[in-house]
Amino acid sequence: MPAAVKRILPQLITLLGVMVLVSLVFPDFLSIDYSDGRLVGPVIDVLKRGAPVALLAVGMTLVVATGGIDLSVGTLMAITGAVAAAAIVAGHGLVLAIVLALAAGLCAGGFSGFLVAVVGIQPIVATLILMISGRGIAQLITEGRILTFNMPGFAFLGSGTLLGVPVPVWIWLAVTALAIVIVRRTALGLLIESVGINRRASALAGVNARVILIAVYMASGLCAALAGIITTADIRGADANNAGLWLELDAILATVLGGNSLRGGRFSISAAVIGALIIQTINTGILLAGFPSEYNLVIKAVLVILILVVQSPSLAGDLKRLGSQLSRRAPRRSAKAAPQRSDR
Amino acid sequence: MLLALQSLTKTFVGMKALDEVDFELASGEVHALLGENGAGKSTLIKCLTGVYRRDAGSILLDGRDISPDSTSRAQALGIGTVYQEVNLLPNLTVAQNLTFGHEPRRFGIISPRAQRRRAAQMLEGYGLDIDLDRDLGSYSVAVQQLVAIARAVELSGRVLILDEPTASLDDREVQMLFAVVRRLRDRGLGIIFVSHFLDQVYALCDRITVLRNGCRIVTERSDSLDRVRLIEHMLGRELAAQEESEKRHRRSAPLAGEPLLSFAGVGRRGFVEPFDLEVQRGEVIGMSGLLGSGRTETAELMFGIRRMHSGTVSDAEGDLRLNNPRDAIAAGFGFAPEDRKTDGIIADLSIRDNIVLAMQARRGWLRRVPRAEQKRLAADYIERLDIRTSGPEKAVGELSGGNQQKVVLARWLAMNPRFLVLDEPTRGIDVGAHAEILQLVRELTARGMAVLVISSELDELIAVSDRVIVLRDRRQVARLSGSDITLENVVHAIAASDEHREVSA
Repeated sequence: MPAAVKRILPQLITLLGVMVLVSLVFPDFLSIDYSDGRLVGPVIDVLKRGAPVALLAVGMTLVVATGGIDLSVGTLMAITGAVAAAAIVAGHGLVLAIVLALAAGLCAGGFSGFLVAVVGIQPIVATLILMISGRGIAQLITEGRILTFNMPGFAFLGSGTLLGVPVPVWIWLAVTALAIVIVRRTALGLLIESVGINRRASALAGVNARVILIAVYMASGLCAALAGIITTADIRGADANNAGLWLELDAILATVLGGNSLRGGRFSISAAVIGALIIQTINTGILLAGFPSEYNLVIKAVLVILILVVQSPSLAGDLKRLGSQLSRRAPRRSAKAAPQRSDR
Repeated sequence: MLLALQSLTKTFVGMKALDEVDFELASGEVHALLGENGAGKSTLIKCLTGVYRRDAGSILLDGRDISPDSTSRAQALGIGTVYQEVNLLPNLTVAQNLTFGHEPRRFGIISPRAQRRRAAQMLEGYGLDIDLDRDLGSYSVAVQQLVAIARAVELSGRVLILDEPTASLDDREVQMLFAVVRRLRDRGLGIIFVSHFLDQVYALCDRITVLRNGCRIVTERSDSLDRVRLIEHMLGRELAAQEESEKRHRRSAPLAGEPLLSFAGVGRRGFVEPFDLEVQRGEVIGMSGLLGSGRTETAELMFGIRRMHSGTVSDAEGDLRLNNPRDAIAAGFGFAPEDRKTDGIIADLSIRDNIVLAMQARRGWLRRVPRAEQKRLAADYIERLDIRTSGPEKAVGELSGGNQQKVVLARWLAMNPRFLVLDEPTRGIDVGAHAEILQLVRELTARGMAVLVISSELDELIAVSDRVIVLRDRRQVARLSGSDITLENVVHAIAASDEHREVSA
């Protein structure tokens, strides 16, 4: 088995398990229809609604790999969405609106990165600054209202369909693929991991740790901007208070479900994105199963704890040891049996 | 027999770390456990202390078979361990550390008075006169070590394992430690002593067991095992050839001609006094001095880790800028730091990744070293430096100290530097890897590379250097070359009093 597949296998199995679980309580979960030139069905819905967290998870994985964390991404979705909406309302074109939103995400990420890499503030504190104050900035941009707009071209990014598949799905697929190519086809992945594991030793080996650190927070900001654009385009309006609310926590959870250590080091973007899909499958599944809504968060919590326990390496080690103890008792019989068979 | 290991076997993925090892420890005995890096010493200890579970064989304590599965279980059975890095809490007081987890209580509440009394009892007979209410961290490593021993003896009381306890102690402290160990031995404890300082082994130990490549080679009384045979057992090769190569031709005078590098007035306030140094092509410069004399600090200035406040560095082409390690690497410098774990290796990355790291950082992230080239480099250096590993993809953190050092060296050799600074390249490494690394230094200089070796082991420094610079109080106090490089001269230069220096200056 190639190492890349082996790495994401636990996440794939978990995703499959959650899908089976949801299918048990909602048998039509896997049904997909084709109507009006688009695919429709719960799975497609999961892929589409999972887009923001999947995008955030891509950036978050890079930040986490350096041993950092980015709490500001949910807020950045609000800011960048507000920037895009304000640009459209002010009469600027589609391209400029997107470019401004992406630039806002990059700048905000650069700010957090500067605080972490140059000033030396702990990542959780440095990004908390924007997480809290950023909502205020977004409100200033929208002037405290929900800024609605009407521009079909921009709305297409959130609710459009391309080749039968929702546009947000194409966007997160493309971003994930691009990010993986960039970190694995260049040396960026190696440099990020080495800074995350041992910043001082990396710097002594000539790695420009500062630039790497700033770059990952900027990448995270860029991903947050894309998530913000999708969300804003989907509802055709920028809601400074609620856009991306608490999604930074889902993004961190997705990264962890993807088996990435919060202490930094080796990382897998694809595993984190599958983690985002796991979260979204649970969310959608709970809704479809028709539980009273007050149960949602509790069920989600129970499932997440279960998944993390099952994936934990120490448990895997215990199971392995148990297995080898069982098989050590068994083989005496089979050891005798084997030569007999070969004699025939 | 107090403790007996029989046919102990432990296998890691693709590697036998212990292969049917027998080991016996009597009570009232100090038994040395010796071997090169990767010989299996740490694995054996970890099997004893419950960190690893053995795959086969048995451990008998007082004739009863035991299977410790955690360090606390091992402690309860009577096996206590003290490591080189003290595993105590520096932010708690001495008394708290000694009674940690077993605090004397009154009505369920910790009683500080009883705690102090108990701590005082525990330290009785250790010859320590320390304030039990002060934070442990405010005492020297030696004192912390003794406190750790007192705690381990109190909690376990049958077998005491000392894993490289003297590596960061000075002579007086070592004597203090030995006195304590002897007293414990006389009280009937069995003590396993792991060290690579052979002098100390002979001074302290009753018996010696040598491990090599996971096998037990020999167990013998230390008074009947002479040093040459011991080293032969440890290295498993003939020493004669090696000694021959030690007697190498030393350049009698500095090479004439254009220096490779010139450091002129380089210094940093409160860090290193300004110094001049001309580095010739293909020479080994040894740097000696006591701890805190400014050896590492000088290396840090040379490699741009700290900025210099004064002076210039130049080569044949002109002045060099050395504001950070990247500048230094661009100028063709390499630096293998003293503290491998924090400054050298990237523990979770593979050997291959660690070797290409500096080269990759130099090329920039866009120009990745091609995969095939990475593999070739890794295979090449694993062979050339004899890095003991099951393969190039193994995480460097899982290697033994000497092999980690070789990986760091390989990282720099892959860059083909013209000036390589090695800070304590043989620290924490045993005899075999030791000789290999010194041999390597000679090979490198034969091809024109200049090497600066910082070492506190004078024998080694004298054997390898063309010139020796002696530092004291952050300034250069002596330069020796040719036949002046003798143990006596270096020691005198280090020890010379201040007036003496003014006279000679």
